[in-house]
Amino acid sequence: MRKVAIYGKGGIGKSTTTQNTVAGLVELGRKVMVVGCDPKADSTRLLLGGMAQKSVLDTLREEGEDVELEDIRKEGYGGTWCVESGGPEPGVGCAGRGIITSINMLESLGAYEESEGLDYAFYDVLGDVVCGGFAMPIRDGKAEEIYIVVSGEMMAMYAANNICKGIVKFAQSGSVRLGGLICNSRAVDNEAEMIEKLAEMIGTQMIYFVPRDNDVQRAEINRKTVLEWNPEVPQADAYRGLAKAIDENETFVIPKPLEIEDLEKLLMDYGLMEAA
Amino acid sequence: MLLRHTPKEIGERKAVNINPAKTCQPVGAMYAALGIHGCLPHSHGSQGCCSYHRSALTRHYKEPISASTSSFTEGASVFGGQANLLQGINNIFSVYEPDVIAIHTTCLSETIGDDLPQIRKKAEQEGKIPEGKYVIGASTPSYQGSHVTGFSNMVKAMVDFSEKTETKNGKINIIPGWVEPSDMEEIKRMAKLTGVDTIMFPDTSGVLNGPMTGEYKMFPDGGTTIEELKSTGDSTGTLALGDWCSADAARTLDKKCKVPCKVLDIPFGLKATDRFVDAMRTVAGVSVSDELVYERGQLVDMLTDMHQWTYKKKVAIAGDPDHVIAMVEFLLTLGMQPVHIVTGTPGKKFEKRIEELTKDKGFEVNVKAKGDLFLLHQWIKNEPVDLLICNTYGKYIARDEDVPLLRWGFPILDRQGHQYFPTVGYKGGLRLLEKILGLLLDRKDRDSPETKFELVL
Repeated sequence: MRKVAIYGKGGIGKSTTTQNTVAGLVELGRKVMVVGCDPKADSTRLLLGGMAQKSVLDTLREEGEDVELEDIRKEGYGGTWCVESGGPEPGVGCAGRGIITSINMLESLGAYEESEGLDYAFYDVLGDVVCGGFAMPIRDGKAEEIYIVVSGEMMAMYAANNICKGIVKFAQSGSVRLGGLICNSRAVDNEAEMIEKLAEMIGTQMIYFVPRDNDVQRAEINRKTVLEWNPEVPQADAYRGLAKAIDENETFVIPKPLEIEDLEKLLMDYGLMEAA
Repeated sequence: MLLRHTPKEIGERKAVNINPAKTCQPVGAMYAALGIHGCLPHSHGSQGCCSYHRSALTRHYKEPISASTSSFTEGASVFGGQANLLQGINNIFSVYEPDVIAIHTTCLSETIGDDLPQIRKKAEQEGKIPEGKYVIGASTPSYQGSHVTGFSNMVKAMVDFSEKTETKNGKINIIPGWVEPSDMEEIKRMAKLTGVDTIMFPDTSGVLNGPMTGEYKMFPDGGTTIEELKSTGDSTGTLALGDWCSADAARTLDKKCKVPCKVLDIPFGLKATDRFVDAMRTVAGVSVSDELVYERGQLVDMLTDMHQWTYKKKVAIAGDPDHVIAMVEFLLTLGMQPVHIVTGTPGKKFEKRIEELTKDKGFEVNVKAKGDLFLLHQWIKNEPVDLLICNTYGKYIARDEDVPLLRWGFPILDRQGHQYFPTVGYKGGLRLLEKILGLLLDRKDRDSPETKFELVL
């Protein structure tokens, strides 16, 4: 089983990209489990057709410690297993610990056992690696490959670079590696070239360029992945392409994060920032 | 009447625990770690945790408990405890020179998400662990489980040492569970009588019940050696005593080195000891030794001779799951009626097991896992008992309700002997029975009117 974690700046489209890619992997005949690691618990909405998924932590809170796998795992599009960690309301408690608790629980309930026949486990992780809890999915023995969703906007690239710093820490002592950057286009000038360059400087690859297309939003309104909503549209092919690229990927590295000056220079070189 | 506020009516409680029947995970982890020879337990957290856990053990074993701490400050809780732990490992190996550092985590380090295996590897890569020295670690957040969970987690961490080579060592691993050093000695003696060559881990005998020699040893002579721990992977089989304390470690070892395991109850009382002896006999392919048959006969003799005093006596009992399960079975053997049963450790399987043991015995049983002494006290007020079996915390109930108390389990803070006299095995069963009879008959002597005050009982 390959265990994959998707990181990236908040709002960059991690959940959308993950679910559409998973739909693409399902078409390739893969058995996938998606674990949403975001207190908002919105990582599996498209796969479940908008069905309200009871999160691991809600279940734990309401039903106590005797939780069964069936209570927290729901079957979604194409036989994918969908799990939401969930977490506290904004402003209270500790969301990071929530992720640790819920991944530990999935393990002890045997969700990752060979008998489950999984080809992939995807962790869709909130925003940045903000604390130790959010790094849980990349601890040794957990996710082994990471993809960072990024766009040609400064803050997205800045966040991607920061996430690489987190990966380095865990890669030095564990088996986690960076599989590449996924460019989720915001239709910025020279975007593909810039992200390719960024990837090269970090020591990885831009594994795929997902073009910007309103069909993604149309599918979301229908609570479906693009592939389920309308398998014929070009955007569906884009996600198929990304799924295939991940399925065939063999380039896994320990990233080399950039200094902030280099990152800014990259932006200037590609003509985004005006010289002062 | 120190507990005079305890009402007889039992109301539903959703949130509050009163007089808990458990303590922190690290207390168990620390006790287990002391069962490795030359091991310094290390608490990865703030200083207060470490002080409390050390004193909790000292108050029970009456021995100094050495342990180090990562000494978290405000900074460590913001930036993570890696720097503190790396520095700590360095200092400990250069100042105290243990063979092993056994790290357990705390609530704080768990919540901020410190990844112990990652930090340990970093220490290794940075050369902070000298040649021939070892660091093991267990995750022990106190907001999960209890001290029993912490003990189990640390014993499981010891399986890290195990190595599988080409040759079997012909030995049997015994994981004794959280029992007294004296109990561990007794289990080893019984294995020896049976003719079984054993590796026991952890083994606190000779560590926490050693003699006064006039010379302080930071690392006493007892404890399972690293060589033995490595060799556990080559053993013929593992006997894990206590589902809650020992099963995880035994199964992990089975998975890692293919050493088959059998999980048994801790041998308290006649039947559990019978099963333990039978398991040893089977794995070793020998017949039960005459000495053990003799000791068994003595226990059977006394319990039949004294049956009229124990028959239908009601008992309330609080303690750790493995202890209580075996004790309930023993009480039933004695014809007694364990009517109120509490453990502080969570887990529905405890209640199931007790219900299996007590069903069709002709009396109602109150049982609760994740319960507390407040509830036990309320039950006693509603249905009085002849005997209370509990750790020292039970003395408040015993005094208020005027019930004799058998101090048994952890912690015992106000009486002595538990470190030196076992309660496991047939000999231990005799001692338990002696104590129970002593309490019941003292009570009878105290309460009998002059006309019924008997010389011979």
